[in-house]
Amino acid sequence: MIETRDLWVRFGPLAAVRGLSLRAESGTWTALIGPNGAGKTSALRALAGLVAYDGEVRLDGRDARRLGRRSLARLVAFVPQKPETPPELTVAEYVLLGRTPHIPYLGREGRRDREAAARALRRLELERFAERPLGSLSGGELQRAVLARALAQEAPVLLLDEPTTALDLGRQQLVLELVDALRGDGLTVVTTLHDLTLAGQYAERLVLLDGGSVVAEGTAAEVLSAPNVAAHYGASVRVVEDDGGVFVLPLRR
Amino acid sequence: MAATAGSAEAVARVEARGVGLRAGLACVLFLLGALLVGLAVGPVHVGVGAIVRSGLAYVPFLHVHQPLDAIDRAVLWQLRAPRVALAALVGGMLAVAGASYQGVFRNPLADPYLLGVAGGAGLGATLAIVYASAAVAGTAWAVPLAAFAGAIAAVVATYALGRSAGAARTTGALVLAGVTVATFTAAVQTFVQQRHSDVLQNVYAWLLGGFSTATWSDVAVCAPYVAASSLVLVLHRRLLDVLSLGDDEAASLGVDVARARLAIVAAATLGTAAAVAVSGLIAFVGIIVPHTIRLLVSTSYRAVVPLSLLAGAGFLVLADVLARTVLSPAELPIGVVTAFFGAPFFAVVLRTSRGGA
Repeated sequence: MIETRDLWVRFGPLAAVRGLSLRAESGTWTALIGPNGAGKTSALRALAGLVAYDGEVRLDGRDARRLGRRSLARLVAFVPQKPETPPELTVAEYVLLGRTPHIPYLGREGRRDREAAARALRRLELERFAERPLGSLSGGELQRAVLARALAQEAPVLLLDEPTTALDLGRQQLVLELVDALRGDGLTVVTTLHDLTLAGQYAERLVLLDGGSVVAEGTAAEVLSAPNVAAHYGASVRVVEDDGGVFVLPLRR
Repeated sequence: MAATAGSAEAVARVEARGVGLRAGLACVLFLLGALLVGLAVGPVHVGVGAIVRSGLAYVPFLHVHQPLDAIDRAVLWQLRAPRVALAALVGGMLAVAGASYQGVFRNPLADPYLLGVAGGAGLGATLAIVYASAAVAGTAWAVPLAAFAGAIAAVVATYALGRSAGAARTTGALVLAGVTVATFTAAVQTFVQQRHSDVLQNVYAWLLGGFSTATWSDVAVCAPYVAASSLVLVLHRRLLDVLSLGDDEAASLGVDVARARLAIVAAATLGTAAAVAVSGLIAFVGIIVPHTIRLLVSTSYRAVVPLSLLAGAGFLVLADVLARTVLSPAELPIGVVTAFFGAPFFAVVLRTSRGGA
């Protein structure tokens, strides 16, 4: 479980996140949505302890600031929008790097680390890619390798910044299904997502940010209304709702 | 039971490659071969067998008969051996420091002189040659000491400047600060040099670098720094792989990026400054050796760091052999040799490995 209380992220005089309070329970998926510059990524990076913030981030009730970097990394795994994937590293080596918070500063991986990495590879069906260099993988396979690295961290909270960027429709679904399965394993998942329809399909709770503040939150049906999207994205859309979910369809203006 | 067997198999495959037996053995053999060639080649002929037996004769309790007469022994152990040892130390240090700098700055062109080591050492040595040598006779020790101090001072200045410009978060500010400091020290050094054109030759000879005056005391001065620095860098090899994911991801994996970077830069700088102090500025080793390892073995720093240490040592010993034999009895500056023979060799490695990939 991860929660924030009155979270502010400032860059000089500019505040990217203004007083965000949210709470994500174990085994749930929360999607941060909102237009460009709404503060989604800044909020996510604050949750990962990568930017300075005011206010509080709590993990299972404990103040994240008091945890120290290594302990925090054992509780929160973060995947940036464009992860660095050194092309010559093998998938296994890359996934093993995810064990860093469990390995002493100058230490080496032990058997438990290799087992955790092997489990992560198996969970994402990457075993047969273990010895392939990252540079030889397709976009979808690469994204799975990145997820496996985060999973090897064995942190109960998984933060993903735009996990579907640069993937085709089928690969987007594949990756989101995998994340959904991980959520089913009991992880707390918080992602930013551009695609509102996909966000509504997968996340049980949407948090719509604009100008750094929460302007709407709740289920897809509650948040993804045409007036909401028009007001905060400046977009003209038709929202179709049926038993398959909520669909946000862009129209010509 | 089947499930257990399956998971054991998967675990076996999830390994970081590291050095690898073949590459490790090849580099050790290359270094040993280079050391023997370094000892064997010279105007006075001493056979490889005699060298080995002469060396063993110094080992107590082995009772190996010393095969060489006093003069050959002096040539071998007082002239050639310190020179070979110093070249090995300096070569290993420059290569391992270069590899580490490339990792820390995630820049394939970073070399150990990036943060102002060269400029600072050059300025320090020039000042010592111009002022100390003129003031007192018998101050040969002043030049390496001043070079060492200049190198450390320049990097400290770079770090202070870079930090104030936000280098705690990005490496770009640090590299720019390095360029600033290097430019400034070069300007001062050139100014001093021009004002004292009588010592121009001495300054120039020092800058080009070389091992012609190497003694065991140089080796003794340099060795502790090289040993300590390379140990620290080799211990950081896995962290260099983590840093290759970028600052953000390394931080999200629980690494204190600024502290790790400082530890690596400090170790690489200290070793490089010690190497530069006893050998002058030898270009190219810090770039060519790590990249050759990357192209031939692996880009993981677990392999690049330790293998660069071995291969760099062997490479500079061989370069020094060429420097003292090609124009014998005159000597070529070793920097000329490393560039002249290193560049085409590197071009071949680059071509063949890209073709193979």
